[in-house]
Amino acid sequence: MVACNDSTKVDKSDRLAVSKIRCGTVIDHINAGKALLVLRILGIKPGCSERVLIAMNVPSKKMGKKDIVKVEGKYISEKELDRIALISPNATINLIEEYEVSEKRRVELPPVVEGILTCPNRNCITNSREPIKSRFHVKMEGNRVKVTCHYCGKKIYEPDRYIVSR
Amino acid sequence: MKFKHLISIDDLSKKDIEYILELAEKFLPVAQGKKRTTPLEGRLLANLFFEPSTRTRMSFEVAMKRLGGDVINMTAQEASSVAKGETLADTIKVVSKYADVIVLRHPLEGAARFAAENSDVPVVNAGDGAGQHPTQTLLDLYTIKKESKLENLKIALMGDLKYSRTVHSLIKALTLFNARIYLVSPPTLALPEDFLEEIKSRVRVEEVKLEDVIEEIDVLYVTRIQKERFPDEEEYFKVAGSYKVDAGILERAKSSLIVMHPLPRVDEIDISVDRTPHAKYFQQTFYGVPVRMAILHELLLGDL
Repeated sequence: MVACNDSTKVDKSDRLAVSKIRCGTVIDHINAGKALLVLRILGIKPGCSERVLIAMNVPSKKMGKKDIVKVEGKYISEKELDRIALISPNATINLIEEYEVSEKRRVELPPVVEGILTCPNRNCITNSREPIKSRFHVKMEGNRVKVTCHYCGKKIYEPDRYIVSR
Repeated sequence: MKFKHLISIDDLSKKDIEYILELAEKFLPVAQGKKRTTPLEGRLLANLFFEPSTRTRMSFEVAMKRLGGDVINMTAQEASSVAKGETLADTIKVVSKYADVIVLRHPLEGAARFAAENSDVPVVNAGDGAGQHPTQTLLDLYTIKKESKLENLKIALMGDLKYSRTVHSLIKALTLFNARIYLVSPPTLALPEDFLEEIKSRVRVEEVKLEDVIEEIDVLYVTRIQKERFPDEEEYFKVAGSYKVDAGILERAKSSLIVMHPLPRVDEIDISVDRTPHAKYFQQTFYGVPVRMAILHELLLGDL
């Protein structure tokens, strides 16, 4: 992983510039402070082969502050990217080819997520030694994301607290 | 109506519930031993009980045998492969090759849904930890229908409303029948906030004192404080014995009021109540037989 200060600089107008990537995936409009969780959701760990740029607490007109993640040389599948909606429902995805945006879209909340959250109910079968993957049903309730354990029915309103390291 | 497994009361619609209760009514004379029928002859039920149970296990056994079927039991965990470290998934895969239907009680929540995913035959949840116990809810509904009325019911739920899976499932089911629900409990055993929020829009529900509603209710449903569900034993002793129903308070009740309890009771219903016409808890336990007959029949043979 490449630290963001290798490739970012604050210009005179207090705007943060993050260097462009040639091809790969840019995840923008991530809620401030959630960039590292986004990497966890995508399974990007220290020691991985991808070049990753992270910018945190970048000034944003719409959001006040936001995070940005850029992954060089990797197009991440829609299904994987949609998991980001769990912690940042307003995130946008840009696919980059030869420094240009080839596709742009918003993340969409997936109806079900498997294997990326751990159930906080210690008595849930998913926390046993059984050969089982966690599975949660995802819904918006007002402006909150609500996830419900498929097995024990436990409801969670802050799923970012329960993201597993993959 | 068709369903492959019975895991949670939430999986059933009002129509499904009504269908099961009607079927139970048909089987009542068979459950009472007044009529004989053997539609499940040659069928085998496997009782897999990873937690102790008398009533539920026996009543499934009776239900199966009254319909002509047979039963195998796995109750002594030590004597089975489980003690050697076998997973539930493997146990279910093996037993589903032996039997035509599996009845499972397990200490972990969600165990029954997971078992169903690993089974070739129908799985009935007979209680998974503090999770679901749908056949208890169905027999509660059958008792209410039989001994009182299901639609527009006024019911007081009394006791441990925090940890009781019986109460939570019953409330969810009652939301389908336009009930008015009164909650009576010590503050530390009140219905969990998030659960209350979830049901508020679907049912009229309020927290009250029993004395204030005893004259108007149709059903008084009392639960035991379950020591085994308390994470802290000290908390248990603070509330143990904090409420009790006796024949005295029932003097002000309607003559048609019924008192229910999922049993076993400890001291929350005084034995003086047993002698009143209000006491229906032993009858309620018996109604588990025709209800479970209906469920087994439906799972194994489909529509009558």
